Amino acid sequence: MSPLLIIEQLLNGLQLGFMLFVMAAGLTLVLGIMNLVNLAHGSLYMIGAFVAASVAGASGSFVLGLLVALPVTALVGMALEMTVLRRLYERDHLDQVLATFGMILFFNELTKIIWGPRALFLDGPRWLAHSIEVLPDLSYPAYRLAIIVIGLVIAAGLYVLISKTRLGMLIRAGASDREMVAALGVNIKSLYTWIFGIGALLAALAGVLAGPIYAVEVGMGEDILIITFVVVIVGGIGSVRGALIGGLLIGLVDTTCRAFLPFIFRTFLPPSSADGISASLASMSIYIFMAIILTWRPKGLFPAHA
Amino acid sequence: MPSRIALAFVSIIAIGLPFAAAAGGEDYLIGIATRLMIFALAGISLNLIVGYGGMVSFGHAAFFGIGAYVVAIMSQHALYGDPLLLWPVEISGSESALVVWPLAMAVAALFALVIGAICLRTGGLSFIMITLAFAQMIYFFFTSLSEYGGEDGLSLFQRSSAGPLDLADDTQFYFLTLALVILVLFLQSRLVVSRFGRVLQGIRDNESRMQALGYPTYRYKLTAFVISGSLAGLAGALIANQTEFVSPSFLDWHRSGEFLVIVILGGLGTLFGPVVGAGAYLLLEEFLSQVTEHWMLILGPILVLIVLFAKQGLWGSLSRRMGSHD
Repeated sequence: MSPLLIIEQLLNGLQLGFMLFVMAAGLTLVLGIMNLVNLAHGSLYMIGAFVAASVAGASGSFVLGLLVALPVTALVGMALEMTVLRRLYERDHLDQVLATFGMILFFNELTKIIWGPRALFLDGPRWLAHSIEVLPDLSYPAYRLAIIVIGLVIAAGLYVLISKTRLGMLIRAGASDREMVAALGVNIKSLYTWIFGIGALLAALAGVLAGPIYAVEVGMGEDILIITFVVVIVGGIGSVRGALIGGLLIGLVDTTCRAFLPFIFRTFLPPSSADGISASLASMSIYIFMAIILTWRPKGLFPAHA
Repeated sequence: MPSRIALAFVSIIAIGLPFAAAAGGEDYLIGIATRLMIFALAGISLNLIVGYGGMVSFGHAAFFGIGAYVVAIMSQHALYGDPLLLWPVEISGSESALVVWPLAMAVAALFALVIGAICLRTGGLSFIMITLAFAQMIYFFFTSLSEYGGEDGLSLFQRSSAGPLDLADDTQFYFLTLALVILVLFLQSRLVVSRFGRVLQGIRDNESRMQALGYPTYRYKLTAFVISGSLAGLAGALIANQTEFVSPSFLDWHRSGEFLVIVILGGLGTLFGPVVGAGAYLLLEEFLSQVTEHWMLILGPILVLIVLFAKQGLWGSLSRRMGSHD
């Protein structure tokens, strides 16, 4: 195990972490502000990736695919919010889970009908297809570095949006006292629709970014959805800062366990059983990590309404 | 009382079904009915914590899958004659239902104890997501168990042996399952009116008040969670026998969602709700899948509509209409 390998894996962890953050930021906004558990967030991620893959496939331009996928998914999300989800804000979490579970079934099947059961390919932009020498003797794919940069930009953008703009002020006010904001003459319904649109847009962004790295296939949103929930729970529900820290932690834990556990176990176990044990431990690592965090802090690292 | 009449009617159907199916040459119906009973059992177990205890577990398939895997793993070791464990005590495989099924319940209960002890430190939304996360963890655990089939799953050589009963015979297996469901329903009907059941429902309605009254609510909730987990383990043991196959897909999170749907569809916190819910859900699935291969496209929106407009569930509204309270 060379230091370069360790740095490379840490970069992989950061890349996964920032992708999880983009996904988790949308989920935690909707959760924290509207108090809505939206399992269909994973479907929006999938829709974003599929729209981008088909547009990019037809036009040959990844960026065009991204630029089409973001508004389309945001509109799908806003339509969902206006037709179904806004009726669920006052319901308990169980109702929300079930209704959005039904939506997952619907969108998975619809995607299968429109795009067929086979996975699509989405190539990253050609001008990011090379590798960059981040350290002497360590070159790293430019596309993955771009994901890290985009994650940083989104983090900064959300910080400015929430703490410096009028919309952010309304968002914060609406989260702490919905009726008061409505009484002051703000159209809270359309505010919520916009917030949901932002969340859907972030999900689509995560989906498109993930496209060139993972497969664009039906059900792709579900594995990431569950990991995203782990991020949100670890970070603290409703906290964008928590989503960032939680995303990075989970990304690092997952990547480093997958990369290094086999080495560690091989030092004292025969290779065959070492690989089996480390593979199963690695896939469970983030859940174990979450359990440890929650035993220490039941409300997560940065509870928004502490 | 009308509900008594309805119950008698259902009993006649339940007892007469295998004979009618055999006479009519539609033997596959027995299999469907058995499956329905098993899902009803899983629903009953989930209803105990969600409906009576107010703990929304989104990871119930884990205990179901653990029960199924215990049966399959013990059966594989019995088949090959190699012991499952040599140390600290030697455990050899078995195919006896009297050994394996209680063991399935015990192992599921043990997992429920550990998982519940951690999850119940949180509440509300976190609880939903943490139970889901633990179920995923166990799902990945079984996926990586390559000596027991890994992702492909594991076939049973034969069903468990149960003394004079021949479980390979679908009719006898059906009646055993039916008897177990009735037994569990009876026990649950006693449980929910017992002191324990009253306290549990009190916690569901207002936990801080129960705490103020001096009840150790955490312990009550954990006990209910463990009972529920072990019953789900029993349901898992039964499904492994029925399908003679287990795989990680038994623990898939879709399965946990399905169990919640069954409970809601039937009516939360009602005794017979999960049975009605399991029946309605499986029949709906059977019916829709015959109409179109894209039946999920219809099922999804139906779930949304049920949540939005039929909150009481089928049994809930049915029993209300008939003026009975259970």
